[in-house]
Amino acid sequence: MNNSGIDINKLNVWFGHGEDRVDAVRSASFTVPNGGSFGLVGESGSGKSTILRALTGLVPDWNGAMSVAGETLGKSRTRNFYKQVQMVFQDPYASLHPRHSVDQVLGETLQLHGFKDVETRIMRLLDDVGLGPQFRFRYPHQLSGGQRQRVAIARALASEPSILLLDEPTSALDVSVQAEILNLLTDLRAEHNLTYLMVSHNLAVVSHLCQQIAVMQEGDIVEILSVEDMRAMRTAHPYTQHLLQSSLGYVREENNQV
Amino acid sequence: MKLLDVENLKVSFPTRTGVFDAVRGVSFTLGQERLGIVGESGSGKSMTGRAILRLIRPPGRVTADRIAIEGEDILSMSEKQMRSVRGQRISMVLQDPKFSLNPVMRVGDQITEAYSVHAKSSRAETRRKALEMLEAVSIRDPERVFRSYPHEMSGGMGQRIMIAMMLIPEPKILIADEPTSALDVSVQGQVLNIMDKLVQQRGMGLILISHDLNLVSSFCDRVLIMYAGRIVETCRADALHDAQHPYTRGLLNSLPRLDEPRTQLEVLKRDPAWSEAPSVSGAS
Repeated sequence: MNNSGIDINKLNVWFGHGEDRVDAVRSASFTVPNGGSFGLVGESGSGKSTILRALTGLVPDWNGAMSVAGETLGKSRTRNFYKQVQMVFQDPYASLHPRHSVDQVLGETLQLHGFKDVETRIMRLLDDVGLGPQFRFRYPHQLSGGQRQRVAIARALASEPSILLLDEPTSALDVSVQAEILNLLTDLRAEHNLTYLMVSHNLAVVSHLCQQIAVMQEGDIVEILSVEDMRAMRTAHPYTQHLLQSSLGYVREENNQV
Repeated sequence: MKLLDVENLKVSFPTRTGVFDAVRGVSFTLGQERLGIVGESGSGKSMTGRAILRLIRPPGRVTADRIAIEGEDILSMSEKQMRSVRGQRISMVLQDPKFSLNPVMRVGDQITEAYSVHAKSSRAETRRKALEMLEAVSIRDPERVFRSYPHEMSGGMGQRIMIAMMLIPEPKILIADEPTSALDVSVQGQVLNIMDKLVQQRGMGLILISHDLNLVSSFCDRVLIMYAGRIVETCRADALHDAQHPYTRGLLNSLPRLDEPRTQLEVLKRDPAWSEAPSVSGAS
């Protein structure tokens, strides 16, 4: 539809007022081209999820400029925005209603977005995320973690968005299931020409899915680098270097003294 | 002598649809070493840890040919005797400090309680010991931490407090069940470093239960790989990446890697034969 994906310029997000004010994100700027995939990495509290929440309109206090699919974002979000942008959450155990069947979850979403041919669309969504029609009338407790995350992805795809915001989509899953979901996300991006903005603390996961990666530390984007540079460990910032080192596993200290 | 000797351990739970076997005949020994247990969720690794401390309550059933700590059988012990084993001789660090510390009790009180249950000593002595322990787990301002409540602590601090609490009775064996999976990578390194020092300096035996293959292979000496309640393979930790069993290989290949870009990750194809094959012995 549009050739600009996500454009964020000097975004500040803060919580609280006066003395209690916490600056969660400070002057963050980055661009994700249409069809691109961008990763935000950092430790807990670095502000990576806050950027996603600011984009979707879930935080009240922010300034700077954000535009998504050519639309400049103000205080509230339009219906069209929610059609274009959808989010997949971290925990598939918490993000699905325990007493709604897969059919209800997808059907309700489709109706809200004003689709008429709900029946065929549900079948197509299930097929898209690799779940057969036998899953349609199941409840979340009858599904495994990976299957639940597939349902959550199907729900996000229901409005035919162009942009998916992924908040740690695989961190609650086993590595074998993580591989299936990552493959699914890769395939979906190619099939539907989606733009991804992904948040994760796992550098290997981000580097698998994203072309460009921003490293965040305490609210600041300290470095934006390409995945090739990250794989080759060509980083300018010591914090990125430190994260890369720690993600390779435990490094035993040379002289172990208390 | 081995610190811990487990033979043919079985854990089962009755369910509406029949008996579910969580652990199906696991045998291993632990010396003064870092032993890793890896596997997916539901493979029985946490249950193995809990069964050793006899923390599985009815209707769950634990049977074994032998569970011995320093040669002493714990299966025949009374519940009262078990209480002197837990904490004093075997301790356990759980995954999430948010759920394992008492939220309405000061940190200092919790740690001193853990100590005074097992040792008779004066209040001042206990307090000194607790502060010393907090310092040993790299907490910079032990006096302040001693007076604070768990919610005032970060995740990494909370986990270090848990470790301090577990180590203050100086156990011979520490079972750490996913001790770092709730923590950031840099804090993760610090927590592991503390446990590493304790193994080397006090001659403690450590069982590290984790789903993180990279972590286990870089931290531990020896690894047991569990699948569906059995040990499918055991190997030296630094040789984990050359593991032979198709399950282990599958797990390793399904990991995205920084140094090796791939368009598609390998998906684990489960073979029913894996869960039928007899358990491999994890004795060193």
